[in-house]
Amino acid sequence: MKVLVPVKRVIDYNVKVRVKPDQTGVDLANVKMSMNPFCEIAVEEAVRLKEKGVATEIVAVSIGPQQAQETIRTALAMGADRGILIQTDDDLEPLAVAKLLKAVVGEEAPELVLMGKQAIDGDNNATGQMMAALLGWPQATFASKVEIADGKASVTREIDGGLQTLEVALPAIVTADLRLNEPRYASLPNIMKAKKKPIDVKSTADYGVDVAPRLKVLKVSEPPKRAGGIKVESAEQLVGKLKEAGVL
Amino acid sequence: MAVLVVAEHDNASVKDATNKTVTAALALSSDVDVLVAGLSAGAAAAAAGGIVGVRKVLHAEGAAFEQNVAEAVEGLIVPLMANYEAVLFAATATGKNAAPRIAAALDVSPISEIQEVVNASTFVRPIYAGNALETIETSDAKKVITVRTTAFAAAGAGGSAAVETVTAGAPSATVVFKGAEIVKSDRPELAGAKRVVSGGRAMGSADEFHNVIEPLADKLGAAVGASRAAVDAGYAPNDYQVGQTGKVVAPELYVAVGISGAIQHLAGMKDSKVIVAINKDADAPIFAIADYGLVADYKSAVPELMSELAKAGL
Ligand SMILES: Cc1cc2nc3c(=O)[nH]c(=O)nc-3n(C[C@H](O)[C@H](O)[C@H](O)COP(=O)(O)OP(=O)(O)OC[C@H]3O[C@@H](n4cnc5c(N)ncnc54)[C@H](O)[C@@H]3O)c2cc1C
Ligand SMILES: Nc1ncnc2c1ncn2[C@@H]1O[C@H](COP(=O)(O)O)[C@@H](O)[C@H]1O
Repeated sequence: MKVLVPVKRVIDYNVKVRVKPDQTGVDLANVKMSMNPFCEIAVEEAVRLKEKGVATEIVAVSIGPQQAQETIRTALAMGADRGILIQTDDDLEPLAVAKLLKAVVGEEAPELVLMGKQAIDGDNNATGQMMAALLGWPQATFASKVEIADGKASVTREIDGGLQTLEVALPAIVTADLRLNEPRYASLPNIMKAKKKPIDVKSTADYGVDVAPRLKVLKVSEPPKRAGGIKVESAEQLVGKLKEAGVL
Repeated sequence: MAVLVVAEHDNASVKDATNKTVTAALALSSDVDVLVAGLSAGAAAAAAGGIVGVRKVLHAEGAAFEQNVAEAVEGLIVPLMANYEAVLFAATATGKNAAPRIAAALDVSPISEIQEVVNASTFVRPIYAGNALETIETSDAKKVITVRTTAFAAAGAGGSAAVETVTAGAPSATVVFKGAEIVKSDRPELAGAKRVVSGGRAMGSADEFHNVIEPLADKLGAAVGASRAAVDAGYAPNDYQVGQTGKVVAPELYVAVGISGAIQHLAGMKDSKVIVAINKDADAPIFAIADYGLVADYKSAVPELMSELAKAGL
């Protein structure tokens, strides 16, 4: 079974994000970039499927700037077999990303697409669901457990109120939630090996899909700051303050 | 043109998230209809008709709707969109699962988690875990939107909209429901609660979480929340996670016990009215946003707080 894993290069989750003074976006200059944490979880799951003998080939695909090659290399070092970079400097919307990924699915014919539930830059939580609709495939989002057998995936999902288990026939889209697994760190030998694995570099034009934006960002602003509070000395003082504030 | 709100409900009644989504919808159009898709959901449909400002209720029945299967919801809503300019979902796990699927089917760029309606095509939404707010204008003729419900007041009761039955189209793909494990609780629902008590990694075990956080929550009549670390470690169910990738809450009172205050956690609770933090590390980032910080070991501080609350008549 071939597994496709879309991976996005995003600002590292530890970085304190700063809004640019001209309100055109956030400052990405000289900021540490990493693989989106949910994509890492998706790669890890794919690698585990390969280790179990369920998956035979893992293709990591990223849509982004030239440096997104590094993100693909990270996936290759974790255990993916080859990469595809659709190189663009435009910040594409989930609709355009989903259309490009659909075209990649058309060429690669994977039986499973494993991806993150959310990219932590735009916080859209949309691309997987959109790909599923465009392909007419079933979706199992927010997965905390995935079992593959007999051409089907049984997926436990994190939903409001608890957990739900769905069974979907392959091919399908599965999006990873935090508790699906704990991604491994790539070992040095695997990082070296990854340097030799192939990455195909493409352009958005190669896929002939409409990636024109539908959304115009009018401004990016800083959220209102909370006024700092006070330290209280005791539980007694705390209860007094909460009464004063009218919340008890 | 009219706007459709997809109700969150339990077949018997509609959830508060629906009333809040109606408020957001009314900022787009004065013609707001509510869709109640469920199984034996007549009572919920009638309840939706009672929300002030609702023009009419569309009621669809189907087993797949009970499980909120996105493929079935797509089959239902996409044809209905011939009559609507926009469809709004609450940004719950259910709404987030279905909305983008419907957007793609309509060839529309979805707009996730709006917290403000500037006008019928311009919205404000958080990005980067709420560290930035983007104002975006859509050029799509139809809009598919999820609503951050903590940012909108709930539309009241007292309306009397008629209920119309609609039949669902076929699901867009097949999904088989195998089962669910739903956490049963008599406490208020986390997302809409007036008070929330959350526990973090400091609890160290599920028993400790149960013995420390839950009694404090019960004394305050609060919902229980947790940090990701506490959920990952199995101290609390996944449904309790507050944060960027969990639930977003904005209660009148939020009490964080043994939580450091990582940006991903703050993203889910920093709009609370009053924030209390109990943490033994005076430098924990949570204190930077807490209105009242108590630097203490929770093991002594929480029992003391319990007895002070009892003295105060709680
Ligand atoms: C992609 C991604 C998404 C994430 N999404 C979320 C999310 O939605 N929600 C979320 O919460 N996190 C999220 N996180 C995780 C987040 O980064 C933090 O790791 C997490 O919030 C830490 O949880 P914590 O505060 O309980 O644990 P810690 O950071 O370990 O803090 C424990 C705190 O307890 C204090 N403490 C210890 N013992 C005691 C004691 N006896 N008495 C009092 N205080 C004590 C310590 O001083 C410390 O401050 C996400 C991370 C990533 C990468
Ligand atoms: N530019 C991109 N390149 C590759 N994968 C992406 C890209 N954008 C989004 N994805 C995938 O879609 C998931 C959800 O992203 P989003 O819908 O933007 O929150 C991510 O975790 C990735 O797996």
